[in-house]
Amino acid sequence: MNNQHPDASASTRKENSEALSEQEVMMLLEEVTDPEIPVLNVVEMGIVRRVEKSGQEAGFRVVITPTYSGCPAMNAIEQAILEKMMEKGIRPVDVVTDHREPWTTDWMTSEAKRKLKEYGIAPPPPTGDDSDFLSTLKSSQKIVPCPFCDSLETELRSEFGSTACKSLYYCHGCSQPFEHFKCI
Amino acid sequence: MSTFDEIPKTQQEALRTVVLWLADDRLIHGHRLSEWAGHGPELEEDLALANMALDMIGHASSLYAYVAKLEGREEEDYHAYFRDDIDFTNCAMVELPRGDFAFTMARQFLFSVHAFLLYQALMDVLEDEELAGILKKHFKEIRYHLRHSGEWMRRLGDGTDESRERVQHALDDLWMYTGELFTSNAHIEATVRFEVFTDPATLHAPWMEMVRQVLDDATLTMPDQNQYMFDGARQGRHTEHLGRLLAEMQFLRRSYPDASWT
Repeated sequence: MNNQHPDASASTRKENSEALSEQEVMMLLEEVTDPEIPVLNVVEMGIVRRVEKSGQEAGFRVVITPTYSGCPAMNAIEQAILEKMMEKGIRPVDVVTDHREPWTTDWMTSEAKRKLKEYGIAPPPPTGDDSDFLSTLKSSQKIVPCPFCDSLETELRSEFGSTACKSLYYCHGCSQPFEHFKCI
Repeated sequence: MSTFDEIPKTQQEALRTVVLWLADDRLIHGHRLSEWAGHGPELEEDLALANMALDMIGHASSLYAYVAKLEGREEEDYHAYFRDDIDFTNCAMVELPRGDFAFTMARQFLFSVHAFLLYQALMDVLEDEELAGILKKHFKEIRYHLRHSGEWMRRLGDGTDESRERVQHALDDLWMYTGELFTSNAHIEATVRFEVFTDPATLHAPWMEMVRQVLDDATLTMPDQNQYMFDGARQGRHTEHLGRLLAEMQFLRRSYPDASWT
Protein backbone atom coordinates (compact mmCIF):
# COMPACT_ATOMS: atom_id res chain seq x y z
CA MET A 1 0.00 0.00 0.00
CA ASN A 2 1.93 3.05 1.27
CA ASN A 3 5.16 2.16 -0.38
CA GLN A 4 5.89 5.42 -2.23
CA HIS A 5 7.71 7.00 0.70
CA PRO A 6 9.09 4.10 2.66
CA ASP A 7 11.52 6.13 4.78
CA ALA A 8 9.12 8.86 5.78
CA SER A 9 6.29 6.49 6.63
CA ALA A 10 8.63 4.21 8.54
CA SER A 11 9.55 6.96 10.98
CA THR A 12 5.97 8.08 11.59
CA ARG A 13 4.95 4.48 11.98
CA LYS A 14 7.49 3.96 14.71
CA GLU A 15 6.34 7.05 16.61
CA ASN A 16 2.67 6.12 16.29
CA SER A 17 3.16 2.60 17.35
CA GLU A 18 5.17 3.45 20.46
CA ALA A 19 2.63 5.97 21.58
CA LEU A 20 -0.40 3.73 21.30
CA SER A 21 -2.08 2.07 24.25
CA GLU A 22 -4.40 -0.95 24.19
CA GLN A 23 -7.43 1.35 24.37
CA GLU A 24 -6.19 3.42 21.46
CA VAL A 25 -5.71 0.30 19.36
CA MET A 26 -9.23 -0.76 20.31
CA MET A 27 -10.51 2.65 19.11
CA LEU A 28 -8.58 2.21 15.91
CA LEU A 29 -10.28 -1.13 15.34
CA GLU A 30 -13.65 0.62 15.49
CA GLU A 31 -12.76 1.74 11.96
CA VAL A 32 -12.81 -1.89 10.76
CA THR A 33 -16.27 -2.82 9.57
CA ASP A 34 -17.99 -6.12 8.93
CA PRO A 35 -17.80 -6.93 5.19
CA GLU A 36 -21.38 -8.26 5.16
CA ILE A 37 -22.94 -5.55 7.35
CA PRO A 38 -20.83 -2.46 6.64
CA VAL A 39 -22.62 -0.25 9.18
CA LEU A 40 -21.23 -2.30 12.07
CA ASN A 41 -17.65 -2.34 13.26
CA VAL A 42 -15.89 -5.41 14.62
CA VAL A 43 -15.59 -3.98 18.15
CA GLU A 44 -19.28 -3.20 18.71
CA MET A 45 -20.19 -6.60 17.26
CA GLY A 46 -18.16 -8.25 19.99
CA ILE A 47 -15.83 -9.97 17.52
CA VAL A 48 -12.72 -8.31 18.97
CA ARG A 49 -12.46 -9.77 22.47
CA ARG A 50 -9.36 -7.92 23.61
CA VAL A 51 -6.18 -6.21 22.54
CA GLU A 52 -2.92 -6.85 24.34
CA LYS A 53 0.73 -5.90 23.93
CA SER A 54 2.47 -8.90 22.44
CA GLY A 55 5.79 -8.13 24.11
CA GLN A 56 7.53 -8.20 20.74
CA GLU A 57 8.86 -4.68 20.13
CA ALA A 58 5.86 -2.37 19.84
CA GLY A 59 3.59 -5.14 18.60
CA PHE A 60 0.06 -6.03 19.56
CA ARG A 61 -2.02 -9.16 19.68
CA VAL A 62 -5.67 -8.83 18.68
CA VAL A 63 -7.88 -11.61 20.03
CA ILE A 64 -11.02 -12.28 18.00
CA THR A 65 -13.78 -14.88 18.07
CA PRO A 66 -16.00 -16.06 15.18
CA THR A 67 -19.68 -15.16 15.11
CA TYR A 68 -20.72 -18.33 13.27
CA SER A 69 -18.49 -21.39 12.76
CA GLY A 70 -18.65 -21.30 9.00
CA CYS A 71 -18.79 -17.53 8.58
CA PRO A 72 -16.73 -16.78 5.44
CA ALA A 73 -16.38 -13.14 6.54
CA MET A 74 -13.98 -14.13 9.35
CA ASN A 75 -10.96 -14.35 7.03
CA ALA A 76 -11.79 -10.99 5.51
CA ILE A 77 -12.18 -9.49 8.99
CA GLU A 78 -8.83 -10.88 10.11
CA GLN A 79 -7.22 -9.43 7.00
CA ALA A 80 -8.91 -6.05 7.47
CA ILE A 81 -7.67 -5.86 11.08
CA LEU A 82 -4.12 -6.60 9.95
CA GLU A 83 -4.30 -3.98 7.22
CA LYS A 84 -5.70 -1.32 9.52
CA MET A 85 -2.92 -1.92 12.05
CA MET A 86 -0.21 -1.92 9.36
CA GLU A 87 -1.62 1.28 7.92
CA LYS A 88 -0.99 2.93 11.30
CA GLY A 89 2.48 1.48 11.45
CA ILE A 90 1.75 -0.97 14.24
CA ARG A 91 3.89 -4.08 13.95
CA PRO A 92 4.28 -6.90 14.48
CA VAL A 93 0.58 -7.73 14.67
CA ASP A 94 -0.86 -11.09 15.61
CA VAL A 95 -4.53 -11.81 15.09
CA VAL A 96 -5.46 -14.90 17.09
CA THR A 97 -8.78 -16.70 17.40
CA ASP A 98 -9.98 -17.59 20.87
CA HIS A 99 -12.69 -20.26 20.97
CA ARG A 100 -13.00 -20.58 24.73
CA GLU A 101 -16.11 -18.47 25.07
CA PRO A 102 -18.56 -18.84 22.19
CA TRP A 103 -19.81 -15.59 20.67
CA THR A 104 -23.32 -14.52 21.50
CA THR A 105 -25.51 -11.76 20.09
CA ASP A 106 -25.67 -10.42 23.67
CA TRP A 107 -22.14 -9.08 23.10
CA MET A 108 -23.38 -6.65 20.46
CA THR A 109 -23.66 -3.16 21.94
CA SER A 110 -27.06 -1.42 22.03
CA GLU A 111 -25.60 1.13 19.62
CA ALA A 112 -24.82 -1.74 17.22
CA LYS A 113 -28.39 -3.03 17.51
CA ARG A 114 -29.75 0.45 16.82
CA LYS A 115 -27.56 0.74 13.69
CA LEU A 116 -28.73 -2.69 12.51
CA LYS A 117 -32.36 -1.60 12.69
CA GLU A 118 -31.58 1.63 10.86
CA TYR A 119 -29.85 -0.44 8.17
CA GLY A 120 -33.03 -2.52 7.72
CA ILE A 121 -32.11 -5.65 9.68
CA ALA A 122 -34.25 -6.51 12.72
CA PRO A 123 -31.76 -6.72 15.63
CA PRO A 124 -31.53 -9.76 17.93
CA PRO A 125 -33.37 -9.55 21.27
CA PRO A 126 -31.49 -10.63 24.45
CA THR A 127 -30.93 -14.41 24.44
CA GLY A 128 -32.63 -15.16 27.78
CA ASP A 129 -34.25 -18.49 28.56
CA ASP A 130 -34.76 -20.54 25.40
CA SER A 131 -35.26 -24.00 26.87
CA ASP A 132 -38.32 -24.39 24.65
CA PHE A 133 -36.18 -23.75 21.55
CA LEU A 134 -36.67 -27.21 20.07
CA SER A 135 -40.36 -27.54 20.88
CA THR A 136 -41.37 -24.16 19.45
CA LEU A 137 -42.94 -24.38 16.05
CA LYS A 138 -42.80 -21.57 13.53
CA SER A 139 -46.26 -20.27 14.35
CA SER A 140 -45.59 -19.84 18.06
CA GLN A 141 -42.18 -18.26 17.84
CA LYS A 142 -41.14 -14.91 19.26
CA ILE A 143 -42.53 -11.88 17.47
CA VAL A 144 -39.93 -9.89 15.58
CA PRO A 145 -40.96 -6.26 14.93
CA CYS A 146 -40.49 -4.99 11.39
CA PRO A 147 -37.40 -2.74 11.16
CA PHE A 148 -39.15 -0.51 8.59
CA CYS A 149 -42.63 0.14 10.05
CA ASP A 150 -42.39 -1.42 13.55
CA SER A 151 -45.43 -3.58 12.83
CA LEU A 152 -45.72 -6.75 14.91
CA GLU A 153 -47.65 -8.48 12.11
CA THR A 154 -44.58 -10.30 10.83
CA GLU A 155 -44.01 -13.87 9.80
CA LEU A 156 -40.96 -16.12 9.68
CA ARG A 157 -40.32 -17.28 6.12
CA SER A 158 -37.07 -19.15 6.64
CA GLU A 159 -34.73 -19.73 9.53
CA PHE A 160 -31.78 -19.40 7.18
CA GLY A 161 -31.11 -16.24 5.20
CA SER A 162 -28.48 -14.72 2.93
CA THR A 163 -25.79 -15.23 5.57
CA ALA A 164 -25.41 -17.70 8.43
CA CYS A 165 -26.39 -15.08 11.02
CA LYS A 166 -29.73 -14.02 9.54
CA SER A 167 -33.24 -15.40 9.05
CA LEU A 168 -35.91 -14.23 6.60
CA TYR A 169 -39.16 -12.54 7.65
CA TYR A 170 -42.09 -10.92 5.92
CA CYS A 171 -43.99 -7.90 7.24
CA HIS A 172 -47.76 -7.83 6.65
CA GLY A 173 -47.86 -4.19 7.81
CA CYS A 174 -45.78 -2.73 4.99
CA SER A 175 -45.68 -5.83 2.71
CA GLN A 176 -41.90 -5.92 2.80
CA PRO A 177 -39.58 -8.84 3.29
CA PHE A 178 -36.81 -8.20 5.83
CA GLU A 179 -33.93 -9.94 7.53
CA HIS A 180 -33.57 -10.66 11.22
CA PHE A 181 -30.22 -11.09 12.93
CA LYS A 182 -30.65 -14.43 14.69
CA CYS A 183 -30.31 -14.62 18.41
CA ILE A 184 -27.53 -17.00 19.47
CA MET B 1 -0.76 -44.35 6.97
CA SER B 2 -4.05 -45.79 8.09
CA THR B 3 -5.78 -45.28 11.40
CA PHE B 4 -7.44 -48.63 10.86
CA ASP B 5 -5.84 -50.78 13.55
CA GLU B 6 -4.36 -48.23 15.90
CA ILE B 7 -6.03 -48.23 19.26
CA PRO B 8 -5.20 -45.03 21.15
CA LYS B 9 -2.59 -45.63 23.85
CA THR B 10 -2.41 -42.19 25.46
CA GLN B 11 -4.97 -39.58 26.36
CA GLN B 12 -3.65 -37.29 23.64
CA GLU B 13 -4.06 -40.00 21.01
CA ALA B 14 -7.55 -40.73 22.27
CA LEU B 15 -8.46 -37.06 22.08
CA ARG B 16 -7.11 -36.82 18.53
CA THR B 17 -9.16 -39.87 17.54
CA VAL B 18 -12.38 -38.45 18.96
CA VAL B 19 -11.93 -35.01 17.42
CA LEU B 20 -11.29 -36.64 14.03
CA TRP B 21 -14.53 -38.66 14.33
CA LEU B 22 -16.44 -35.45 14.90
CA ALA B 23 -14.59 -33.54 12.18
CA ASP B 24 -14.88 -36.26 9.52
CA ASP B 25 -18.63 -36.63 10.16
CA ARG B 26 -19.07 -32.91 9.63
CA LEU B 27 -16.85 -32.50 6.60
CA ILE B 28 -18.48 -35.36 4.69
CA HIS B 29 -22.00 -34.42 5.72
CA GLY B 30 -21.29 -30.78 4.89
CA HIS B 31 -20.01 -31.80 1.46
CA ARG B 32 -23.17 -33.82 0.75
CA LEU B 33 -25.31 -30.85 1.79
CA SER B 34 -23.29 -28.51 -0.41
CA GLU B 35 -24.28 -30.62 -3.42
CA TRP B 36 -27.75 -29.09 -3.03
CA ALA B 37 -26.59 -25.55 -3.75
CA GLY B 38 -28.63 -24.41 -6.74
CA HIS B 39 -30.84 -27.54 -6.64
CA GLY B 40 -33.06 -26.89 -3.59
CA PRO B 41 -36.82 -27.42 -4.01
CA GLU B 42 -37.45 -23.72 -3.31
CA LEU B 43 -35.23 -20.66 -2.86
CA GLU B 44 -35.52 -20.53 0.95
CA GLU B 45 -34.63 -24.18 1.24
CA ASP B 46 -31.73 -23.82 -1.16
CA LEU B 47 -30.35 -21.14 1.18
CA ALA B 48 -31.06 -23.25 4.25
CA LEU B 49 -29.21 -26.27 2.86
CA ALA B 50 -26.25 -24.11 1.83
CA ASN B 51 -26.26 -22.50 5.28
CA MET B 52 -26.20 -25.86 7.03
CA ALA B 53 -23.44 -27.05 4.70
CA LEU B 54 -21.44 -23.96 5.60
CA ASP B 55 -22.00 -24.53 9.32
CA MET B 56 -20.90 -28.14 9.12
CA ILE B 57 -17.82 -27.44 7.03
CA GLY B 58 -17.04 -24.65 9.51
CA HIS B 59 -17.37 -27.13 12.36
CA ALA B 60 -15.05 -29.55 10.57
CA SER B 61 -12.54 -26.79 9.92
CA SER B 62 -12.29 -25.72 13.57
CA LEU B 63 -11.97 -29.36 14.69
CA TYR B 64 -9.29 -30.15 12.09
CA ALA B 65 -7.44 -27.01 13.18
CA TYR B 66 -7.55 -28.33 16.74
CA VAL B 67 -6.16 -31.72 15.66
CA ALA B 68 -3.50 -30.00 13.55
CA LYS B 69 -2.40 -28.12 16.67
CA LEU B 70 -2.22 -31.37 18.67
CA GLU B 71 -0.06 -32.86 15.92
CA GLY B 72 2.10 -29.77 15.49
CA ARG B 73 0.98 -29.17 11.90
CA GLU B 74 0.75 -25.66 10.56
CA GLU B 75 -2.70 -25.90 9.00
CA GLU B 76 -5.71 -28.18 8.92
CA ASP B 77 -6.00 -28.92 5.19
CA TYR B 78 -4.05 -32.17 5.37
CA HIS B 79 -6.90 -34.05 7.05
CA ALA B 80 -9.50 -32.91 4.55
CA TYR B 81 -7.54 -33.24 1.32
CA PHE B 82 -4.69 -35.68 1.67
CA ARG B 83 -6.16 -38.74 3.35
CA ASP B 84 -7.78 -41.69 1.58
CA ASP B 85 -11.15 -43.23 2.34
CA ILE B 86 -9.66 -45.87 4.63
CA ASP B 87 -8.29 -43.09 6.86
CA PHE B 88 -11.61 -41.27 7.17
CA THR B 89 -13.48 -42.10 10.37
CA ASN B 90 -16.91 -40.62 9.63
CA CYS B 91 -19.98 -42.74 10.19
CA ALA B 92 -21.38 -44.28 6.99
CA MET B 93 -24.72 -42.45 7.16
CA VAL B 94 -23.19 -39.12 6.13
CA GLU B 95 -21.40 -40.44 3.04
CA LEU B 96 -24.48 -41.89 1.36
CA PRO B 97 -25.48 -40.02 -1.82
CA ARG B 98 -27.80 -37.09 -1.14
CA GLY B 99 -30.85 -38.81 -2.63
CA ASP B 100 -34.06 -36.78 -2.85
CA PHE B 101 -35.02 -33.93 -0.52
CA ALA B 102 -36.82 -36.30 1.86
CA PHE B 103 -33.70 -38.46 2.18
CA THR B 104 -31.48 -35.44 2.83
CA MET B 105 -33.84 -34.12 5.52
CA ALA B 106 -34.36 -37.52 7.16
CA ARG B 107 -30.58 -37.98 7.36
CA GLN B 108 -30.14 -34.44 8.68
CA PHE B 109 -32.74 -35.11 11.34
CA LEU B 110 -31.35 -38.49 12.53
CA PHE B 111 -27.82 -37.07 12.50
CA SER B 112 -28.76 -33.83 14.26
CA VAL B 113 -30.56 -35.62 17.10
CA HIS B 114 -27.42 -37.68 17.62
CA ALA B 115 -25.15 -34.62 17.39
CA PHE B 116 -27.34 -32.77 19.89
CA LEU B 117 -27.07 -35.58 22.47
CA LEU B 118 -23.41 -36.37 21.80
CA TYR B 119 -22.33 -32.73 22.12
CA GLN B 120 -24.30 -32.35 25.35
CA ALA B 121 -22.47 -35.35 26.76
CA LEU B 122 -19.04 -34.28 25.45
CA MET B 123 -19.30 -30.73 26.77
CA ASP B 124 -19.58 -32.34 30.23
CA VAL B 125 -16.73 -34.81 29.72
CA LEU B 126 -14.05 -32.70 28.03
CA GLU B 127 -11.74 -30.75 30.28
CA ASP B 128 -9.88 -28.79 27.63
CA GLU B 129 -11.25 -25.25 27.69
CA GLU B 130 -10.58 -24.50 24.03
CA LEU B 131 -12.17 -27.69 22.70
CA ALA B 132 -15.14 -27.31 25.04
CA GLY B 133 -15.57 -23.73 23.74
CA ILE B 134 -15.46 -24.94 20.13
CA LEU B 135 -18.16 -27.53 20.88
CA LYS B 136 -20.33 -24.96 22.68
CA LYS B 137 -20.22 -22.80 19.57
CA HIS B 138 -21.17 -25.72 17.30
CA PHE B 139 -23.94 -26.73 19.68
CA LYS B 140 -25.78 -23.42 19.18
CA GLU B 141 -25.87 -24.13 15.45
CA ILE B 142 -26.73 -27.82 15.83
CA ARG B 143 -29.92 -26.77 17.61
CA TYR B 144 -30.96 -24.80 14.52
CA HIS B 145 -30.25 -27.80 12.28
CA LEU B 146 -32.26 -30.05 14.56
CA ARG B 147 -35.25 -27.71 14.70
CA HIS B 148 -35.20 -27.15 10.97
CA SER B 149 -34.95 -30.83 10.02
CA GLY B 150 -37.48 -31.81 12.70
CA GLU B 151 -40.00 -29.38 11.23
CA TRP B 152 -39.44 -30.80 7.78
CA MET B 153 -40.02 -34.33 9.08
CA ARG B 154 -43.41 -33.14 10.36
CA ARG B 155 -44.27 -31.32 7.14
CA LEU B 156 -43.27 -34.16 4.87
CA GLY B 157 -44.70 -36.95 7.05
CA ASP B 158 -47.98 -35.18 7.68
CA GLY B 159 -48.09 -33.74 4.16
CA THR B 160 -49.17 -35.27 0.87
CA ASP B 161 -49.25 -38.99 0.09
CA GLU B 162 -46.15 -38.59 -1.99
CA SER B 163 -44.12 -36.62 0.58
CA ARG B 164 -45.13 -39.09 3.28
CA GLU B 165 -44.18 -42.08 1.19
CA ARG B 166 -40.83 -40.56 0.26
CA VAL B 167 -39.83 -39.62 3.79
CA GLN B 168 -40.92 -42.99 5.21
CA HIS B 169 -38.90 -44.71 2.52
CA ALA B 170 -35.89 -42.54 3.37
CA LEU B 171 -36.14 -43.42 7.07
CA ASP B 172 -36.38 -47.13 6.28
CA ASP B 173 -33.34 -46.92 4.02
CA LEU B 174 -31.28 -44.94 6.53
CA TRP B 175 -32.07 -47.02 9.57
CA MET B 176 -29.40 -49.69 9.04
CA TYR B 177 -26.77 -46.93 9.23
CA THR B 178 -27.92 -45.69 12.65
CA GLY B 179 -26.67 -48.75 14.54
CA GLU B 180 -22.99 -47.87 14.44
CA LEU B 181 -23.65 -44.59 16.24
CA PHE B 182 -24.41 -46.54 19.41
CA THR B 183 -22.19 -49.64 19.33
CA SER B 184 -18.81 -49.86 20.98
CA ASN B 185 -15.50 -51.47 20.07
CA ALA B 186 -11.91 -51.46 21.30
CA HIS B 187 -11.25 -48.00 19.84
CA ILE B 188 -14.28 -46.43 21.40
CA GLU B 189 -13.69 -48.18 24.72
CA ALA B 190 -10.17 -46.74 24.81
CA THR B 191 -11.45 -43.19 24.30
CA VAL B 192 -14.05 -43.68 27.05
CA ARG B 193 -11.33 -45.02 29.37
CA PHE B 194 -9.24 -41.89 28.75
CA GLU B 195 -12.32 -39.81 29.57
CA VAL B 196 -12.50 -38.00 26.25
CA PHE B 197 -15.63 -39.71 24.93
CA THR B 198 -18.90 -40.95 26.24
CA ASP B 199 -20.13 -44.56 26.11
CA PRO B 200 -22.21 -44.48 22.89
CA ALA B 201 -24.74 -46.97 24.27
CA THR B 202 -25.91 -44.40 26.82
CA LEU B 203 -27.11 -42.13 23.99
CA HIS B 204 -29.37 -44.73 22.43
CA ALA B 205 -32.44 -44.46 24.67
CA PRO B 206 -32.62 -40.63 24.60
CA TRP B 207 -32.01 -40.68 20.82
CA MET B 208 -34.86 -43.16 20.27
CA GLU B 209 -37.09 -41.03 22.47
CA MET B 210 -36.42 -37.78 20.59
CA VAL B 211 -36.76 -39.48 17.20
CA ARG B 212 -39.97 -41.22 18.22
CA GLN B 213 -41.56 -37.97 19.41
CA VAL B 214 -41.05 -36.27 16.07
CA LEU B 215 -42.03 -39.33 14.01
CA ASP B 216 -45.23 -39.63 16.07
CA ASP B 217 -46.02 -35.97 15.37
CA ALA B 218 -45.25 -36.57 11.72
CA THR B 219 -47.50 -39.68 11.67
CA LEU B 220 -44.52 -41.70 10.47
CA THR B 221 -43.63 -45.26 11.49
CA MET B 222 -40.46 -46.11 13.42
CA PRO B 223 -38.42 -48.50 11.25
CA ASP B 224 -37.81 -52.04 12.48
CA GLN B 225 -35.19 -52.01 15.22
CA ASN B 226 -34.23 -55.66 14.69
CA GLN B 227 -32.56 -55.48 11.33
CA TYR B 228 -29.05 -55.84 9.97
CA MET B 229 -26.95 -52.87 11.05
CA PHE B 230 -23.96 -51.60 9.10
CA ASP B 231 -20.82 -51.19 11.22
CA GLY B 232 -17.14 -50.29 10.96
CA ALA B 233 -17.02 -46.94 9.16
CA ARG B 234 -15.28 -45.29 12.14
CA GLN B 235 -12.46 -47.79 11.59
CA GLY B 236 -12.22 -47.00 7.89
CA ARG B 237 -14.55 -49.68 6.49
CA HIS B 238 -16.75 -47.45 4.34
CA THR B 239 -19.42 -47.88 1.72
CA GLU B 240 -18.42 -47.55 -1.92
CA HIS B 241 -19.74 -43.98 -1.94
CA LEU B 242 -17.03 -42.31 0.14
CA GLY B 243 -14.23 -42.92 -2.37
CA ARG B 244 -16.17 -41.20 -5.12
CA LEU B 245 -17.07 -38.29 -2.90
CA LEU B 246 -13.41 -37.83 -1.96
CA ALA B 247 -12.30 -38.10 -5.58
CA GLU B 248 -14.39 -35.06 -6.40
CA MET B 249 -13.69 -33.15 -3.21
CA GLN B 250 -9.92 -33.70 -3.17
CA PHE B 251 -9.11 -33.64 -6.88
CA LEU B 252 -8.18 -29.98 -7.22
CA ARG B 253 -6.03 -29.80 -4.10
CA ARG B 254 -4.20 -33.02 -4.95
CA SER B 255 -3.64 -32.10 -8.59
CA TYR B 256 -2.28 -28.68 -7.65
CA PRO B 257 -0.91 -29.08 -4.13
CA ASP B 258 0.81 -25.70 -4.19
CA ALA B 259 -2.09 -23.75 -5.64
CA SER B 260 -3.03 -20.57 -3.77
CA TRP B 261 -5.80 -18.00 -4.06
CA THR B 262 -3.58 -15.09 -4.95
